[in-house]
Amino acid sequence: MSSANGAKDNYTAKLRIKSIILFVVMILLTIICLLPIYILIINATRASADVTSGVSLIPGNYLAKNFDTLFNHPMFVNFKPLIGFRNSAIIAGSATVLSVFFSALTAYGLVVYDFKLRGPAYTFILAVMMVPMQVTSVGFLQFMLKLNLGDSYIPLIVPTVAAPAIVFFMRQYLKSSFPLDIVEAARIDGCGEFRTFLTIAIPMMKPAIAVQAIFAFVANWNNFYQPSMILVSRKQNQLTIPMMVSMITSNDKVNDYGAKYAAIGLSIVPIVLVYLVLSKFIVEGVALGGVKE
Amino acid sequence: MASAAQRNIRSISYAKYGYFFILPFFLVYCFFQVWPLINTFILSFYGNGQKVEDFIGLDNFRALLFGTSTTGMGRTAKAIHETFIQTLGNTFIVWIGNFIPQICLSLALAVWFTDSKLKIKGKGFFKIVMYMPNIITAASVAALYLSLFAESEYGSVNNLLMSAGIIDSPIKFVTGCWQSRGMIMFIQCWMWFGNTMIMLMSGIMGLNPSLFEAANIDGASSGQVFRKITLPLLRPIMLYTLVTSMIGGLQMYDIPYLYKKGTQRNEYTRTVAVFIYEHFREKMPNPNYGFSAAASVILFFITIILGSFAFAMNRDKDEAMKKKERKAYAKALKAKQKGLGGMEI
Repeated sequence: MSSANGAKDNYTAKLRIKSIILFVVMILLTIICLLPIYILIINATRASADVTSGVSLIPGNYLAKNFDTLFNHPMFVNFKPLIGFRNSAIIAGSATVLSVFFSALTAYGLVVYDFKLRGPAYTFILAVMMVPMQVTSVGFLQFMLKLNLGDSYIPLIVPTVAAPAIVFFMRQYLKSSFPLDIVEAARIDGCGEFRTFLTIAIPMMKPAIAVQAIFAFVANWNNFYQPSMILVSRKQNQLTIPMMVSMITSNDKVNDYGAKYAAIGLSIVPIVLVYLVLSKFIVEGVALGGVKE
Repeated sequence: MASAAQRNIRSISYAKYGYFFILPFFLVYCFFQVWPLINTFILSFYGNGQKVEDFIGLDNFRALLFGTSTTGMGRTAKAIHETFIQTLGNTFIVWIGNFIPQICLSLALAVWFTDSKLKIKGKGFFKIVMYMPNIITAASVAALYLSLFAESEYGSVNNLLMSAGIIDSPIKFVTGCWQSRGMIMFIQCWMWFGNTMIMLMSGIMGLNPSLFEAANIDGASSGQVFRKITLPLLRPIMLYTLVTSMIGGLQMYDIPYLYKKGTQRNEYTRTVAVFIYEHFREKMPNPNYGFSAAASVILFFITIILGSFAFAMNRDKDEAMKKKERKAYAKALKAKQKGLGGMEI
């Protein structure tokens, strides 16, 4: 009896020790994840001379001055964060709307209607989900330049109409939670096919649409490869935020380190804040969709 | 009345709406993806720089893969061959160096987070924090790490290590061979382990809980549960992770491209994607479409081979088992028939 109790105590003690060790590991990982961003924010508030003289965990009082340098000093002539935010928002916003709407449309078509090419169409979408973007980019750019679409946002926005991964996700969602009887009921009531999609299916797909919209927005906002490929002449009022940040780091003339950190912070902090607000939603969405680029 | 209407509706064919609904997707996909893919294949048979209009057959492939040429590229072919092979090696090294620690860490975390016996406080918080690096713009991440790990004594990390007396001179985090590769591996791992962890977690939570309960009742240790239950059942998801990570690794671009000192890129971290971009985009007035396109085609085939290989590996085992079962069933049936036949006689 007592030995059994002892074994049990031993077991729970073991578990407790393991839990504590794991907790410490988690704390360490949290520090690894957050420390670079924390130092970034701290350095953005310090004077350049302080930044170069050592690491600090306490904020300075140089933030306003750094921002002043960032916006007014000729060293940062290429960095216009407001224009960058505007351009990124235009591209990411329209790309999100297009990709989510047309993916919902395609998925709806694949689920609701029974037609001859339904199987092959779905197989095609599954197959092309894995084709890497780099593989087509040479032919893509050459083709776009031929059409005179270099320096235009069209090649960045319109192709997002065809987003195989989002179609796949939406189709799964419709299959699992969209009763086809509703479509029939709508038909009996004299509702047109497209109107059924707009007024019945779309509202019912809201959860899936929300998740995919967040991911599509983030992916397009962070996109660096395609804008830097397509925007051939690098016109300043066309640059996106990631492009502006990359220009700062490759510019040797930038020697105000405090302001440099402020610039990088300006590109990171908004997206981190949005993430924190939507975090629960996003983390669940990753688990749902298996979204990975 | 209603049933008549219903019958009426059933007799109408709605198939054409299916085509209408999926039409925009396929139109756009063909225009912006399929044709560019074909175009890439076409361009891979044409020349480079000034000679972009000339048809040169398989010479780009010859140059990239063997360093030879029949159209007089000579020295260029040799140089391009060496660079290309090195970029392939770099891509592979950096991918392996980021994938192995990443999958180990993610798997361990996913198992711990889903273990109902362990009571870890603040699971939700940890998950949110660990996924966060994935959401940040890669360009900004590269800029951040470049500033923190700058090579002069002004870089925060070098500064810290030097003032602590650990090192005497700054470490070459950006231009050193293994230092820069290590940094890129670390950054990639830092950005992606949270994502992989959440995917594996959802996989583990989808497994049948009664299996774990049964194992617990039988007194299996957590190591045994992991090796005998979690890992085998998780194979399809692990495979999916492997394939997507592999394809992502082949395309690795943002961090390797941006992680450089000023404007000088070091040769140890140039990946295939960076190589492609440099040749068709950075040489812009006279782009080397041929080399880039040929490298893209090679990349395309590598992707297909790796992807199908991984999927075949996964399917074969299941299929072999099914085949075995079918055989056994057929045998049993035969034996039964024989037995019955025997009785009849």
